[in-house]
Amino acid sequence: MTGVRVLVGTRKGAFILRSDGKRKNWDVSGPFFGGWEMYHLKGSPVDPNRIYASQNTSWFGQLIQRSNDGGVTWEPVSNQFNYDGVPGTHQWYDGTPHPWEFARVWHLEPSLTDPDHVLAGVEDAALFQSTDGGESWSEVSGLREQKSGSSWMPGAGGMCLHSIIVSPKDPERIFVAISAAGVFRTDDGGKSWRPINKGLRSEGLPDEDAEVGHCVHRITMHSSKPDTLFMQKHWDVMRTDNAGDSWVEISGNLPTDFGFVIDVHAHEPETIYVVPIKSDSEHYPLDGQLRVYRSRSGGNEWEPLTKGLPQSNCYVDVLRDAMSVDSLDKCGLYFGTTGGAVWASADEGDSWEPIVRDLPAVLSVEVQTLA
Amino acid sequence: MIRVVLPAHLKTLVKTHGEIELDVVGVVTQRSVVDALETRYPVLLGTIRDPTTKKRRAFVRFYVCEEDISHDDPEARLPEAVVDGAEPFFVIGAMAGG
Repeated sequence: MTGVRVLVGTRKGAFILRSDGKRKNWDVSGPFFGGWEMYHLKGSPVDPNRIYASQNTSWFGQLIQRSNDGGVTWEPVSNQFNYDGVPGTHQWYDGTPHPWEFARVWHLEPSLTDPDHVLAGVEDAALFQSTDGGESWSEVSGLREQKSGSSWMPGAGGMCLHSIIVSPKDPERIFVAISAAGVFRTDDGGKSWRPINKGLRSEGLPDEDAEVGHCVHRITMHSSKPDTLFMQKHWDVMRTDNAGDSWVEISGNLPTDFGFVIDVHAHEPETIYVVPIKSDSEHYPLDGQLRVYRSRSGGNEWEPLTKGLPQSNCYVDVLRDAMSVDSLDKCGLYFGTTGGAVWASADEGDSWEPIVRDLPAVLSVEVQTLA
Repeated sequence: MIRVVLPAHLKTLVKTHGEIELDVVGVVTQRSVVDALETRYPVLLGTIRDPTTKKRRAFVRFYVCEEDISHDDPEARLPEAVVDGAEPFFVIGAMAGG
């Protein structure tokens, strides 16, 4: 029997929401790791019962938890994220050099083929990997050591590597996004990297053709079109059709093109979703109306999806890792808010219902489609 | 035998509700107590101090005998009351929030 499992990371613990293929009735378990910030949980595509979770507090630092039974039980694995060699410096907010310091794991990306292989995006921005199920971690240091690394600067949320996409066609090709440096790509499994930010325009950067310094909030890809990526930048929604060699804006008729999340329909590679947020100084929806926008044409033409969502007095945010899609026949969508709700749509976004409404602020949402 | 009291989040990690009793080899100091804690409970590695530099995390404090010894020499011998188990060694999570 098919079903879904939604992994929710919040400011005060993790929650797991389970349903059958109808996605109507939900079983909610948690909190797991109560009181800890759970930045991200994600399951292995080849072994859905293998789930990795990032657990952190400013008091006691970082832990990585691993489950081998779909989130029923957990065990801590290694939390040793040591930068390669002498880490050097990046730019601080005031332009001065600042030593690279590990703060937390923002994103975990299990391999498409091996449940013991997982990538981790961390703050201060770097990429780590484990090939033994999280028992040990090593830095993919070619990224941080490429020539622009010393000029990277944190965004307001810290200098985090938050998006990791391994090409389903070529495992040697990996895309990562860093706030506020931009998008980077390797074509040789992580040995060498280059910035791929041509076409991005960011107010606040004096050089409009700046190679790095862009506040990319999220990137996503459909597995059937591995050269096409979509991006929610700080401002602007963008796409590339040549694996990042150049980007074009597709914000079109969006009421505001600031936001964090962006995702692609599971079966329609040109159907994409964003949640527009009013501005970078007002992190809530325009006019107090929580609206998902869908484009069925790969961008530019967008339609608001409002059925079931609060259309007045709603002033929550939807953070960068807090949207996910399932791959059931009728694609389902899920997103979580800083107000503690997790919204679900079992009909491609046409209508929405809350699974839960009163969790702690939601940091991440990942759905697993279970056979 | 040294008695150690952990803050709530770390008690959860080591799956205990009460005090921890530790045998500490050699001179009983902040460092040797935390060494013994981490040896007994590897899950605590990195939660109290940096595993490489051994520097105490910013929001962690050590109290003994009603004194904050966080800024004392980590190699200094702890008071006899802690060494003989009359008083516990407290690991404290700093008060913060609002």
